[in-house]
Amino acid sequence: MAEIRNYTMNFGPQHPAAHGVLRLVMELDGEVIRRADPHIGLLHRATEKLAENKTYIQSVPYMDRLDYVSMMVNEHAYVMAIEKLLQIDVPIRAQYIRVMFDEITRILNHLLWLGAHALDVGAMTVFLYTFREREDLMDCYEAVSGARLHAAYYRPGGVYRDLPDSMPQYQSSAIHDEKTTKVRNENRQGSLLDFIEDFTRRFPGYVDDYETLLTDNRIWKQRLVDIGVVSPDRAKALGFTGPMLRGSGVEWDLRKKQSYEVYDRVDFDIPVGVNGDCYDRYLVRIEEMRQSNRIVEQCIDWLRKNPGPVITSNHKVAPPSRLAMKQNMEEMIHHFKLFTEGMHVPRGEAYAAVEHPKGEFGIYIISDGANMPYRLKIRAPGFAHLAAMDEMARGHMIADLVAIIGTQDIVFGEIDR
Amino acid sequence: MTDNRIDKLAVNLQQILSDRLVDINHALGELTVLIHSQDLPDVAEALKSHADLGFDTLIDLCGVDYSKYTTNTHAGYKRGERRFAVVYHLLSVKHNHRLRMRVFIEDNEFPMLDSVMHIWPSANWFEREAFDLFGVVFNNHPDLRRILTDYGFIGNPFRKDFPLSGHMEMQYDPEQKRVVYQPVTIEPREITPYIVREEQYGKGEA
Repeated sequence: MAEIRNYTMNFGPQHPAAHGVLRLVMELDGEVIRRADPHIGLLHRATEKLAENKTYIQSVPYMDRLDYVSMMVNEHAYVMAIEKLLQIDVPIRAQYIRVMFDEITRILNHLLWLGAHALDVGAMTVFLYTFREREDLMDCYEAVSGARLHAAYYRPGGVYRDLPDSMPQYQSSAIHDEKTTKVRNENRQGSLLDFIEDFTRRFPGYVDDYETLLTDNRIWKQRLVDIGVVSPDRAKALGFTGPMLRGSGVEWDLRKKQSYEVYDRVDFDIPVGVNGDCYDRYLVRIEEMRQSNRIVEQCIDWLRKNPGPVITSNHKVAPPSRLAMKQNMEEMIHHFKLFTEGMHVPRGEAYAAVEHPKGEFGIYIISDGANMPYRLKIRAPGFAHLAAMDEMARGHMIADLVAIIGTQDIVFGEIDR
Repeated sequence: MTDNRIDKLAVNLQQILSDRLVDINHALGELTVLIHSQDLPDVAEALKSHADLGFDTLIDLCGVDYSKYTTNTHAGYKRGERRFAVVYHLLSVKHNHRLRMRVFIEDNEFPMLDSVMHIWPSANWFEREAFDLFGVVFNNHPDLRRILTDYGFIGNPFRKDFPLSGHMEMQYDPEQKRVVYQPVTIEPREITPYIVREEQYGKGEA
């Protein structure tokens, strides 16, 4: 009789369903996974070590490159940790701007996740729709910071600059004649806030469209229901946070439970799953997009009524205005010292965590009073989620593994750091 | 977390851990405890299972190399006396509080600590990471392998004596038609110097 042995298979690192550079070594019994061993680190750039050799402001753009689909939220945790050590206050308008852009980023992240997840499972159409909406949101990024992805917009003490009064417009070209260009520019006539408001009015309808395509779709449900079930206690033990934990039925959201910035002043709900399977996590994230939309609406309303400074006036932390710097010796010296030597952060340690679209994203800084962190540790939510991959995938088929990778919302920028 | 809730947690910790607690420190709205490395498994067990503490999630575990720290390290250890520490960030979803636990490792040459993986399963990869980057060995860890660095990597890159540019670089050799490893060809350079000011800097003589 022939000897029956398990089959070891390599998956990735360049597989379209691996969301980047995930290499999995799987032990298979037929088509059933007996063991899945993720090999990570192919995108390791030693961000933490680099940050220990750069001034605090120089490391802000590195934070964008961690989770490269939710850029500003990464920066948020980083600047919050510095602000905690410096014990400085952030102007209230800057806090509202941060909350608004955190939620825009959450929508951006969930849109990419939804499109990619559906694509992995076999529904092509959703991807095209979600990227249409991402385009509008990335235009908001561009209008406020000049960059569509790696914004470097949040700075210790506030945000880099106030929201612009005008929205950049399309120009007619060989592809788009003047008539179509005029139609495309219709919602770009006012300020950035007008443009975002127009988006928030359109967006719930878009989410309805996605749900029409997926939520009651028979194939979608067959692929997701009862796949990768995690119980609430097990989810906590495995270090799950964010939608992964809420999908298992634990009502835990840092925005509510350990509120930061102005999240205690805006009104929103936390969606919670029941079964802890991939389908519940899908529903949780869909509802989170609607709630984010609600938060953005409230922020727009507040920001319209309340002008004010957007960055601290403490020039040991934030640079003075360009005009003052050119005219005034004191400001000139501040500017020079800040951009050559950088700010000095008092000795101590701080951990700041934000509710990242993927879970709890935390920055732990140990400072010995120098102009750079002595030790910087990035707590990436995806790292803990991917560590549970083996446990979630055991006993499932290979095709289910793809659904599990999708539901974990894996992005290698943050996992490999 | 408000201050009186932290104070209450501090009192609870003092009662439950009693003499196993070396130092407890409340700063910037965060509570930090220091414990001896031999007490780690007991303390971890108590932190997780005691009803008043209930730290059900290990949020983060990170290694720290204190060899170039410019002042005395936390809780009065002299510079160079204890090179490595491991810092645990704990979260209780049940009680909504956080705790930071620091353990200094006695041996500077062969740092070793007990694994907490049987208490918090999420420690699995975090301990592998600390092993990879700092060379801290975790006793009783079932699968202690490198995780972030390349296959066959030599050294512990996050130790302070490891240069930022590393020791080896790799490139494609068109003649041999394969990727080759060779010693780094770039000079280490310092873009911004590391500056620690004296205590009274900028306060003025008057």
